Amino acid sequence: MSIQPAVQFFDQSRARFRNRLFHALLAAGGLVVLAGLYAVYLMEHHGHIITGMNNQIVWGIPHVFAIFLIVAASGVLNVASIGSVFGKAAYKARAPLAGLLSIAMLAGGLTVLMLDLGRPDRIIVAATNYNITSVFAWNVLLYSGMFALVFVYLWTMMERRMNPLSKAAGFAVFAWRFILTTGTGLIFAFLVARQAYASAVLPPLFIVISFAWGMAVFLIAQAIIYAWNGKALAPEIMQRMKNLLGVFVMGTLYLVAAYHLTNLYFAHQSGFERFILAEGGIYPQLFWWGYVLLGNILPLLLIYLPGQGKTKSVIAASLLVIFGGFALLYVFIIGGQAYPLNIFPGYQVSSSFGDGQVAAYHPSLYEFLLGFGGLGIAFLIAAVSARALDFMPHDQPHSAD
Amino acid sequence: MSDIDSARRGFLKTTLGAAAIAIAPGLLLFEAAHGKSGPASSKVRWGMLIDTSRCKTGCNDCVAACNKENGLSGGTGATDSQWIRKIEIKDIGSGRELSLPMMCQHCEHPPCVEVCPTTASFKRADGIVLVDKHRCIGCRYCMMACPYKARSFVHEPLHDQNPDVPRGKGTVESCTFCVHRVDQGMQPACAEACPNQAILFGDLNDANSEIARKVRSVASVQLRADLRLNPGIRYQGL
Repeated sequence: MSIQPAVQFFDQSRARFRNRLFHALLAAGGLVVLAGLYAVYLMEHHGHIITGMNNQIVWGIPHVFAIFLIVAASGVLNVASIGSVFGKAAYKARAPLAGLLSIAMLAGGLTVLMLDLGRPDRIIVAATNYNITSVFAWNVLLYSGMFALVFVYLWTMMERRMNPLSKAAGFAVFAWRFILTTGTGLIFAFLVARQAYASAVLPPLFIVISFAWGMAVFLIAQAIIYAWNGKALAPEIMQRMKNLLGVFVMGTLYLVAAYHLTNLYFAHQSGFERFILAEGGIYPQLFWWGYVLLGNILPLLLIYLPGQGKTKSVIAASLLVIFGGFALLYVFIIGGQAYPLNIFPGYQVSSSFGDGQVAAYHPSLYEFLLGFGGLGIAFLIAAVSARALDFMPHDQPHSAD
Repeated sequence: MSDIDSARRGFLKTTLGAAAIAIAPGLLLFEAAHGKSGPASSKVRWGMLIDTSRCKTGCNDCVAACNKENGLSGGTGATDSQWIRKIEIKDIGSGRELSLPMMCQHCEHPPCVEVCPTTASFKRADGIVLVDKHRCIGCRYCMMACPYKARSFVHEPLHDQNPDVPRGKGTVESCTFCVHRVDQGMQPACAEACPNQAILFGDLNDANSEIARKVRSVASVQLRADLRLNPGIRYQGL
């Protein structure tokens, strides 16, 4: 047998294997989505009684997943913005992939948020009865607008005749996602009665954490798409991107610290801070070990320590940043509700409705299934689109910016 | 006028008269059955004055009356609806203990109404804050926003509902001030059931009403007054 046919045979069998692997991955993703939909069916049939949520912890695990996906969907576009708004060629080549990931995560997050509603069948009411004063209602517009804008942005980048408009579309997306993440932060910032939330630091905090989480998701997706296509990412590009991830991680740590320190500064908030940072059981554990150590310190070491910063350690750092994000959101969303409302300052309080007590929350399997279903939707959209269209970054050999 | 015209006019008069006599009792009965006395008036501001010195520790009559009137199960589990609850409070400094009922405070500026994406949470012209069960999508943002934890989410399918108080699985609910009773000139069930007359219900805008006179003459406070929501419920002796 000569060498040529052997190479051809090897290529063909490798292509067949990759094809099968792709379909197996799609099937796995589809199963995760189906499991999520089954959980939704059960929640609709039996009511939210089968979840761990209750009248004290009204937002639970589904909201942790949904908000992570939505915030990361906004942040991943940072890669595109650095390309189109700030003109960096290395990032510009990655803008289509960033746009795709944004749409995929936004779709996954919004699906989780919508299917967790008590009456998801009435979602159309959100469009027919619009309350101008509701931050939630603003977000309905912000999220749907984001979808539309990113679609247009992708179109201007991927359709040659539309290329001249891509810078303008990039600017629009840049502005829109800032407003969108501000809106997500405001959902909590406007809750004046709850000690965990009423803070002006929250919108900027959400913007900076979106940068870190979006970057982490992008680096993982980028590594997968390069490995899939049998290509190696240029070390200098990896170097720049992992440094940027490190800067974003430090930025989130700074703003999270600012949020807690400002709370500590207000005397009446110190009880809440003691709860969330020291005495609140799972919440301080998750905060210090999950978010600070595993989600921040370890990734920073993996990025900056001498001898680190190669592809594998950057991927590990990205996975840890994502894990830390989930830990932070759990502490923020669920810990924030678990701490009792201060209706009677200066009094000890008790009632049959949990007044004066830390609320208990035991998430159920159905909530996790719904959350992972959202991740499954994001995966399916990203995988199918990346297979059907060219989202592989094409670096110019002389990109020196 | 011709004979034919005159006969026609007479016929029309008789027919209209007969029709009016036939329909009128039905219309009157319909009005009576629905107890409608026109739309809620902005001249009225329904409210309550709760005298904590009269409210007794261990007495749950207001809660039981509310549950019965509104078809609630009376369960106190984490997922059960509680439209009104008794709270026991103890002054950390002095050790003074008090018991008081807690429910939707029917704010003038209700955060639940502000945050509701679909306008399902709304305030009537007479100050009663309600949830439109047909518009509520069950997002629970109002529960996050309420400073008084006054709202409950229906976690399970419901059976044997009170026709006057429609509820719905997957929607949020709270004290309605027994709006179906108030619209018929009655008192909310809790106020009526209190054996110590600790709950005084009435029109805060009517200077001659008992509640308005009492609010003028005794010291009372609104809960979380710092939030400037101007609740319709005031507490005396707190």
